[in-house]
Amino acid sequence: MSMKYSKEHEWVLIEGDSATVGITNYAQEQLGDVVFVEVPDAGKAVDKGDEVAVVESVKAASEIYAPISGEVSEGNATLEDAPATINSNAEGDGWIFKMSIGDASELDELMDAAAYADHVAGLE
Amino acid sequence: MTEHSSEDLKHTPLDALHRELGAKMVGFAGYDMPVQYTGIIAEHTHTREQCGLFDVSHMGQAEITGSNPIGALESMVPGDLAALADGQMRYTMLTNDDGGILDDLMVTRRGDNLFVIVNAACKDADFAHIAAGLGDGNQLEIMPDLGLLALQGPKAAEVLGRFAPDCQAMSFMTAQPLTIGDIPCVVSRSGYSGEDGYEISVPADQAEALARLLLGEEEVMAAGLGARDSLRLEAGLCLYGSDIDETTTPIEAGLIWTISKRRRAEGGFPGASVIQEQIENGVKRKRVGILPDGKAPARAHTEVADKDGNIIGEVSSGGFGPTVGGPIAIGYVKTEFIKADTPVDLMVRGKPNPGKVVKMPFAEHHYFKG
Repeated sequence: MSMKYSKEHEWVLIEGDSATVGITNYAQEQLGDVVFVEVPDAGKAVDKGDEVAVVESVKAASEIYAPISGEVSEGNATLEDAPATINSNAEGDGWIFKMSIGDASELDELMDAAAYADHVAGLE
Repeated sequence: MTEHSSEDLKHTPLDALHRELGAKMVGFAGYDMPVQYTGIIAEHTHTREQCGLFDVSHMGQAEITGSNPIGALESMVPGDLAALADGQMRYTMLTNDDGGILDDLMVTRRGDNLFVIVNAACKDADFAHIAAGLGDGNQLEIMPDLGLLALQGPKAAEVLGRFAPDCQAMSFMTAQPLTIGDIPCVVSRSGYSGEDGYEISVPADQAEALARLLLGEEEVMAAGLGARDSLRLEAGLCLYGSDIDETTTPIEAGLIWTISKRRRAEGGFPGASVIQEQIENGVKRKRVGILPDGKAPARAHTEVADKDGNIIGEVSSGGFGPTVGGPIAIGYVKTEFIKADTPVDLMVRGKPNPGKVVKMPFAEHHYFKG
């Protein structure tokens, strides 16, 4: 089990051949109050970089792109009634979807926690 | 998804205070402005329940003086300025020859002079336009050394009354000079939230002291541009550049109420013939409120379709209404669809989201009519 991060501020929790994806705490702070999340349906096949979910704050809609290729196995249905879970627990209960890992080599392109922290520091 | 502050941006007199309060700053109309402090929903809700303090010093303030400021400005706007009593204020708009809107503005009569407040993004163009149109004998004095604070919400009168008791008897859309804790201000009972409240014109070098004084009251929370936008959206108030612009007329925008009987009859402002014709014969599209059924916001430029899939209009501004507790939108639709409860589809990310046309405001206005 390991946690990786994308430049687009997604976290990817890797457990065996499946991954859970959400947005980072930094991302939710930037977005502010989340008021709507459109999560993908199970069975949706995605390529890395595809638009797979939408997180909307009061101000704006932000597309969430698939950090790796694979097939969505579950969208987090609890976000429908409680989108602000992303604000309160972005890297836990606020997960957005789970997916299979279609190509394990794509994981190597993601950052580890230290590299992501550097990435964020570079933006501030 | 982040907007970074640029060093080219201008700063309001409250810049240091915003940073001290931990505001998230964004570029807006050339200014580095606070979009939020604690959070948009918290600031919005606090303003509806108690009161919020907004820095709107980026807006343009100016005075028109001379032999006939009223006649001169009436040649540029459809609002009835001759009917203004001293200290009375009007909402009107600068129109172009097609009846489109160059900007919306507030005009206050101060003795024989007119005081105007215009949008930040338009102010340079507005002031050039006004100055060019005033004619001989009138002058536009731009007042860059003024800040502007808005104190909005049901507790605003109680809070401001502690420093300037006379503010409590003022009626909505009137203004007068008031001293607030030794600071000489001009205060109007007006705002952009749908709530009771005040807009306070203050010398720039004392704006921070005034803000600190008001923020020291327990009912007052600093509120940013994010809450300002969600409040005005719920109040059904137009945002220039989104809901009104050079391609929309006051009649299409549902602002006919700003044009008096005399001005409708006499004309005498740019685009008068277009606007008079529209008053007489109606318009092809109108600005309406749209309430999405579900939870997905419909943002600006979302297409609006009828139930047969025909595109009948477009959202001009939309988002989440914290007081409504769901998505709300303002948009233009063909006139045959403007009746309240008309079902429509909002084409969000290619999919039809059902909704309906509704009467605005989305959140009831609470103005103090005295």
